Amino acid sequence: MAFFPKPAAGSWTEQYPELGTAPVNYEDSIDPAYYEAEREAVFRRTWLNIGRIEQVPRVGNYFTKELAVVDTSLVVVRGKDKQIRAFHNICRHRGNKLVWNDYPGEEVKGTCRQFTCKYHAWRYNLEGELTFVQQEGEFFDLDKADFGLKAVRCEIWEGFIFVNLDPDARPLAEYLGEMGKGVEGYPFHEMTEVFGYKAEVGSNWKLFIDAFAEFYHAPVLHQKQATKEEAEKLLGFGFEALHYEVTTPHGMVSAWGGMSPPKDPSMVKPIERVLRSGLFGPWDRPDIEGLEPLPPGVNPARHRAWGVDSFHFFPNFMLLVWAPGWYLTYHYWPTAVDRHIFEAKLYFVPAKTGRQRLAQELAAVTFKEYALQDANTLEATQTMLKSRAVTDFPLNDQEILLRHLHKVVGDHVKEHANAAG
Amino acid sequence: MLPAEFAELEKFGAWVLETEPERYAKRLASSMEEMQAFYDAAFPHLEPAAAHLDGFPVDDLPEAERNLLLLMFSLVMVSFPIEVWKQARVPDSGAAYLDLVLEPRV
Ligand code: FES
Ligand SMILES: [Fe+2]
Repeated sequence: MAFFPKPAAGSWTEQYPELGTAPVNYEDSIDPAYYEAEREAVFRRTWLNIGRIEQVPRVGNYFTKELAVVDTSLVVVRGKDKQIRAFHNICRHRGNKLVWNDYPGEEVKGTCRQFTCKYHAWRYNLEGELTFVQQEGEFFDLDKADFGLKAVRCEIWEGFIFVNLDPDARPLAEYLGEMGKGVEGYPFHEMTEVFGYKAEVGSNWKLFIDAFAEFYHAPVLHQKQATKEEAEKLLGFGFEALHYEVTTPHGMVSAWGGMSPPKDPSMVKPIERVLRSGLFGPWDRPDIEGLEPLPPGVNPARHRAWGVDSFHFFPNFMLLVWAPGWYLTYHYWPTAVDRHIFEAKLYFVPAKTGRQRLAQELAAVTFKEYALQDANTLEATQTMLKSRAVTDFPLNDQEILLRHLHKVVGDHVKEHANAAG
Repeated sequence: MLPAEFAELEKFGAWVLETEPERYAKRLASSMEEMQAFYDAAFPHLEPAAAHLDGFPVDDLPEAERNLLLLMFSLVMVSFPIEVWKQARVPDSGAAYLDLVLEPRV
């Protein structure tokens, strides 16, 4: 039975005829050759979110980002002119990795006045210019102006730092399009208290996006998280979204959120009742500007029972905006056709009191309990997909964003192959 | 180590831990009986502790209050095994892990 209305087309999926309704082939998640094509066609030419401006608040603050999927490492730094720039993390002399501590493969962060190569001490300023060459006189007609760090396109949207390895890519704001525009103005800058998580997962990167792009699984996979009575009720209802929006290559789902706060406290666990917090975050809204009214793209259906919006910015960045006034990000960084690094970050308005901090702690702990259940289905799925015993899978209307993701990746791969002739 | 009103929780001092990884590790290393005993003793103090902590800015807590907050973080950590799972690990989580790499320090 339908609780929330569907669009006039009869279903969310049929509203976008290009998506079709046929079963979806998952060869794209197991074929090593396809993965190689994705690296070129998707990751080398789309905007990738690699951090937030709060990670580099002051001149000389920097961090590195390992991007195995495009075989590089980047260093992101705030220059003397306050600009944030991104460079390939490679020394122009003979290719040593420029910024790293004890282990070259590990990401680092810090503050410096300049970057000095560990190998022969070439130095670069915060704007990437080569400023010092050891025994410069030994070189042949070396003009330092020609040997600055190799820059990467770097643009900021709402405080999120994006890079693009394609020098000809269209501007970030244009790439994020209507979906990005609809979120602009949300008070991300107030939410600077961060819980960060990381795991290496034995599945194709798209499978974990699949898992977070639908809530169809929630009443089933997570049923033990609710009180018994509540779990049975949720399972009986199933899941229906309030709204879906697809603006290729991106997509979003808007979902119900009756638990923040619950109508009846007996629906939730004892600790949630005391701390007034849970999966949907602390029930009491933080005291900041910008949550009322919300930007038009957040809770687009303007539904009273709204709980969370989950935006998927292609290819590998998800942004979840929760009704009680906090947000969550997911990133999926492929390392092989059947492996990726998963990162999650929860962002809250800084707690003023221990009570507020405890409410955030419960939200963070709860997040991890759910995510562990989500993550564990993935390796099992990957190994069975690899059997090719079944190759095509029926996706329902609440799985529209998965259908869209696999199609958009496929379109990129095809287009790139055609362009290459 | 705790504010005077919470003296009866002193015997659970081993649950005053600085970081989530330490609290998570202690959860996995504890028996259900140990966690139940801690939960039963600490839970009735959760609301009073939150009320007590309301009297201080969270970024400048005196030592005893800071310990109390860390102890209550551990109560949050064991609440899932006690209230929901009836076991230390998340059921159906198999070999999956998710390491906390960044948390707001108090
Ligand atoms: S490789 Fe960097 S100075 Fe030689
Ligand atoms: Fe889930």
